[in-house]
Amino acid sequence: MLIVGENINTSRRGIAEAVEKQDAEFIVQAAKNQADAGADFIDVNAGTFVDRETEYLCWLVKTVQDAVDLPLCLDSPSPDALSEAIKHHRGEPMINSISLEKDRFDAMLPIVTAQPCRIVALCMTETAMPVTIQERVQAAGELIHRLTAEGVAPTNIYIDPLVQPVSVDTRMGNAVLGAIKTIMNDFPGVNTICGLSNISYGLPMRRLINSTFLSLCILQGLSAAILDPTDKRLMANLLSTRMILGKDEYCADFIDAYQNGILIKD
Amino acid sequence: MNTSELLEKIAFNVIQGRVEAEDDGFDPGLEGRPAVTELVTEALNQNIDPKKILMESLTESMETVGEKFEKKEYLIPDMLASAECVGVAMDLLAPHLIKAGVESKGKFVIATVKGDLHDIGKNIVAIMLKGAGYQVIDLGTDVSVDRITTTVKEKQASFLGLSALLTTTMRVMGEVVQKLKEEGIRDRVKVLVGGAPTSIEFARKIGADAYCKDAFQALEIMKK
Repeated sequence: MLIVGENINTSRRGIAEAVEKQDAEFIVQAAKNQADAGADFIDVNAGTFVDRETEYLCWLVKTVQDAVDLPLCLDSPSPDALSEAIKHHRGEPMINSISLEKDRFDAMLPIVTAQPCRIVALCMTETAMPVTIQERVQAAGELIHRLTAEGVAPTNIYIDPLVQPVSVDTRMGNAVLGAIKTIMNDFPGVNTICGLSNISYGLPMRRLINSTFLSLCILQGLSAAILDPTDKRLMANLLSTRMILGKDEYCADFIDAYQNGILIKD
Repeated sequence: MNTSELLEKIAFNVIQGRVEAEDDGFDPGLEGRPAVTELVTEALNQNIDPKKILMESLTESMETVGEKFEKKEYLIPDMLASAECVGVAMDLLAPHLIKAGVESKGKFVIATVKGDLHDIGKNIVAIMLKGAGYQVIDLGTDVSVDRITTTVKEKQASFLGLSALLTTTMRVMGEVVQKLKEEGIRDRVKVLVGGAPTSIEFARKIGADAYCKDAFQALEIMKK
């Protein structure tokens, strides 16, 4: 299971302040904490600084990779910000994201095909947010078709089924879970990825809901998750779920994590 | 049941989020009792003024729901259950309101701006406004600047609500305000903005009239 650490995002107040003050030390610490906790990629997002996003995103790429030897998930809906940020990135990044909305697809395509990289592809239809499983799978199929036609390897595609709050519509959980299952089944080699926190928007006990949702996603075959790896309870849940589902040979990851103090004791 | 009892019962059931008799409510033990659908139908059969039902049952009860939401006594699902009640009641009332020649509180054009497909928040605001007696013209998502300003102009709308969830699309709101100025109709319409990346500062910066944190704040602002 691929883990993308979500903590370096300027929608979080501490991060926004650090970025504005160009406080590299704070950002480096946030990156190191996530790397130590088991992140495979570190997400960087400066989207809240609309006018200065490109500048700040580039700074984040340099600052994080100076300190941590991990690839980054470059997270922005802006083609300009992404194409600049990639220039500063070492190794193969993950680019978050492309979708079928016409303008966005056309603008992103040259960026994601210019170098080998992993691509997060959102299950938006061309004109609307998806509601049903079927709409998500259809959008996924179309994205996979169009990206592979441009030479993208299926294993570099990460389909995001778009998690929406169950507080608004109680069908949202099943819609994502069903989509993960079908996409993993129908498109061999292709990956699925999602964030967790949208599922619990507007409800109390959000960490509990997110954690339970993660287990159910893993059960359906989710291959990557965008989450806070420093949340020990969440990581304990992730590792034990994988182990129970037979995705952890000789229980090695679970035992390693335990011995390295990554798991909390009850 | 006399008129005032009936109106009170409708309001009570909106707050309880009960659309039909078979629904249970926010509080226990209500299942099986007449709910919004049955009560509004009965009120209409008794020839109670539809405007009275709108103002004294629906609008007032949604204000109570707003207060409960503000105090965190109600969460989003509770609020949505009440909003659904208002939606159902409005469907029943609409033909009667038209027949009685009741004027709305004003035309309210609402849209998610170009490039953005998110509509959860916008839809909630639209239902609330209908329940508060506005004539809502919902243009949907991914709506161009031109279509928004043309609609405001043609419908002579007094209010315009703009929504966006993405940092990349919120700037379109500024373009809408600019276009309204160019068309010379900026002073004829109040512009309200909302959505996760927006703020009071942002609203001020683009020259909108107000920022709304949520649907209830939108109603508060509209009252003023």
